[in-house]
Amino acid sequence: MSGIIKKISMLRTGSKLERSKKSLRARSSIVLRVYRANKAIGDSAHYDTFDVPIQRWTTVLDALLYAKSYKDTSIGIRYSCRMASCGSCGMKINGIPRLACYTNVSELESGVISCEPLTNFPLIRDLVTDFHQFFSHHKSVRPYIINQNADLRDRKELSEFIQSPREVDEYLQSSYCIKCGLCYSACPTVATDTKFPGPQALAQAYRYSADTRDTGSREDMKTIDDKHGIWRCHFAGSCSSVCPKGVDPALGIQLLRGHMMSFSKHNKKIAELKHHSHGNQTT
Amino acid sequence: MLRERQIMRIHYITGLAALFVVAVHILMRLIMPFHMSLQYSNVIANYHNMPYVILLESILVLLAIHGFNGLRIILLELRQNRKWENGVTISTIAAMIAIIAFGTRTIIIASGLGVV
Repeated sequence: MSGIIKKISMLRTGSKLERSKKSLRARSSIVLRVYRANKAIGDSAHYDTFDVPIQRWTTVLDALLYAKSYKDTSIGIRYSCRMASCGSCGMKINGIPRLACYTNVSELESGVISCEPLTNFPLIRDLVTDFHQFFSHHKSVRPYIINQNADLRDRKELSEFIQSPREVDEYLQSSYCIKCGLCYSACPTVATDTKFPGPQALAQAYRYSADTRDTGSREDMKTIDDKHGIWRCHFAGSCSSVCPKGVDPALGIQLLRGHMMSFSKHNKKIAELKHHSHGNQTT
Repeated sequence: MLRERQIMRIHYITGLAALFVVAVHILMRLIMPFHMSLQYSNVIANYHNMPYVILLESILVLLAIHGFNGLRIILLELRQNRKWENGVTISTIAAMIAIIAFGTRTIIIASGLGVV
């Protein structure tokens, strides 16, 4: 039975891919609709459209940069690595928060591609949004290892933590976060509650509380255990579905909630610290 | 002052408990034809049955706590400022106490417990 379902889903995926290839073969250009607004000069919000030639490998960022280079140099856009590592080029593409550098135009299966700034962020200009509040939420959960024993400022020896692969698996997925803000933009709670830390910050709180190298308790923190904290998550799951790095913030939030409620066991054994003196690799 | 995790623990426990007592309440309607279960004499008879009175009182308390905390949560998401948040918390607690007090009064009167 599962084999048949697998075959059907493969056929579906194949036909979807075929359709996408066909539509691309037939299409040598797309219409790019770009949201434009610049409050600083009193420019009201509107959309500009650009015809952009495309290839099989053209990403939305490539298309935007083509428009910026050859059609209108004033388009405001933030980008850097072009390889889904820096998280700078997050925007709403055809209504869904995505990374422009990680979205191929062919996968959108549309002749018109609409680019808008991320929702739940204050707008600076065009496709550029202000991440100040997002990063302040991130900082508020102390996203770093807290361990007094590992404080090496006054020590001469080197130290390393001993962690088993299983212990690493507990938090590894959440450590792939690139802070692109897509989950924050997709979150329905952030849209209504500005004090809600958002899925990114809460997933990071889980990431460090699940890390055996960390001794700092984040579960008692005011930002997390507050009336605008972790309990306001509606578990819509949209954060997990838009994450370009495969992180599951919704799962992290639920696991942290479970620990806080004492519904699930959270017997974290703090990782053993192994000391080395300089130039000597043995303990 | 209770911490949010304690409030939410109460919220989930009252929700689950309410589900159970309401299910028992509905099932007890089915021990006779449904139209008969709502006849005046049968309703009064129910109120004079002590286990049933306890069941009704627990439904009232559990649903009031769960419902008004749910309302508080919804209202907290509407606006975020100290005045609004304190106002919402105080008024939902007051409404919860009022509903429980009024409901308990009704149960006491109907069950005849208040008659000396």
